[in-house]
Amino acid sequence: MIVPAVISLAVLGLLFGGLLAFASQKFAVDTDPRVEQIRELLAGANCGACGYAGCDQFAEEVVAGRAPLTGCTPGGAKVAAEIAALLGLEAPEETARMTAQLKCVGDCNVAKKRHDYLGVQDCKAALMYGGGPKACAYGCLGYGNCVRVCPVEAITMGENGLPVIDTDSCIACGLCSRECPRGLIDIVNARGVHHVRCKSQEKGKQVRAVCDRGCIACRLCVKNCPVEAIHMDNNVAVIDSSICTNCGTCVEVCPQKAIV
Amino acid sequence: MTSILVIFFGAVFVNNFVLSRFLGICPFLGVSKKVETSIGMGMAVTFVMGLASLATWLLEYYVLVPFNLPYLRTIVFILVIAALVQFVELVIRKISPVLYQALGIYLPLITTNCAVLGVALLNIQLKYNLLESVVFGVAAAIGFTLALVIMAGIRERLELVFIPKHFRGVSIALIIAGILSIAFMGFQGMM
Repeated sequence: MIVPAVISLAVLGLLFGGLLAFASQKFAVDTDPRVEQIRELLAGANCGACGYAGCDQFAEEVVAGRAPLTGCTPGGAKVAAEIAALLGLEAPEETARMTAQLKCVGDCNVAKKRHDYLGVQDCKAALMYGGGPKACAYGCLGYGNCVRVCPVEAITMGENGLPVIDTDSCIACGLCSRECPRGLIDIVNARGVHHVRCKSQEKGKQVRAVCDRGCIACRLCVKNCPVEAIHMDNNVAVIDSSICTNCGTCVEVCPQKAIV
Repeated sequence: MTSILVIFFGAVFVNNFVLSRFLGICPFLGVSKKVETSIGMGMAVTFVMGLASLATWLLEYYVLVPFNLPYLRTIVFILVIAALVQFVELVIRKISPVLYQALGIYLPLITTNCAVLGVALLNIQLKYNLLESVVFGVAAAIGFTLALVIMAGIRERLELVFIPKHFRGVSIALIIAGILSIAFMGFQGMM
């Protein structure tokens, strides 16, 4: 009883094993070993910041020469140099570490509301319903689309209705920036600490009418900046983080506390 | 011909593999988040289940029955399904990279899909002939795809509605699956 069972199973197993071994020889597909090696080097978050569908495809495209060496934003300069070394190319120039920053301070305590919204808890849906519940046409809607798209969970929803970005774990993939229907998240140089947290292009009076902290274009920060890193752009002050020395003067002089 | 049609529609609707026989629940919950991926999974399952029905039927009636070894059925079927899926994966990868990309990770996942083993064992239990077995296998997989796509469609909408915190994720999916299953019970006795 036991003998035919053992024999038949062993024969079948051998048969299938042989078939698979034969098939793997016969149908072998040549793959570039460098693809696998580069795949190992990448950050591996599958975030899509490079513009390709995941790390695997990016690795293939890099080997094929269609994707830039610096394509992997989360990996930064280190990964770019490693890829260059592997492919025998010159290492690209050092690029600065980037991070996402929210450009709005209009939390539920300071921004006025125009109406209540009880629909789908989604920024884009809220925006479609009469331009969103907030009176400011530039402010953060606060339904957390950025929180949901972040591949590394670096964004959390704060207590007062504004997302909080953990710049240490942010990999600057830019998904939140693309997701935000109001374009309030910028990918900026990570060494800049202070940013003008407002994007309202309205004149001061209109800004005051809808928000207690929005930029009113008073130019005090521009005048007081010791290194002239701040300029006005459509009624909003903008800090150039490549020049900014993080001295904090603008934070002190801003009457609206819009610079944080 | 009528019996083939009865087998086909019976397997797709009346005895739907997922919603009536409760086979293949793991991919049903795991791969039903997007309609697109659920269709991919469905295609791969249909392909494998049709082939598995054919292979296991041949094995049963040309190996197990003549050698008087029916008690080895389950383990032999597992063996043949696993080997078959691997083989098919190798072949597809060589012959059609496009199809390989489309089926992607789902193909190897099917190795452990209990619906495939289920269809192979049911074919023997129900004493189907070769043609009926293959039709039953393909129909069962189409039923599986149907359930998967319906589920994915519902879950895509669930993403946008307010769900109480404790029901989010798998719990609401299981509740929906239960309601779907009750709905499919309406087909019972129609054939």
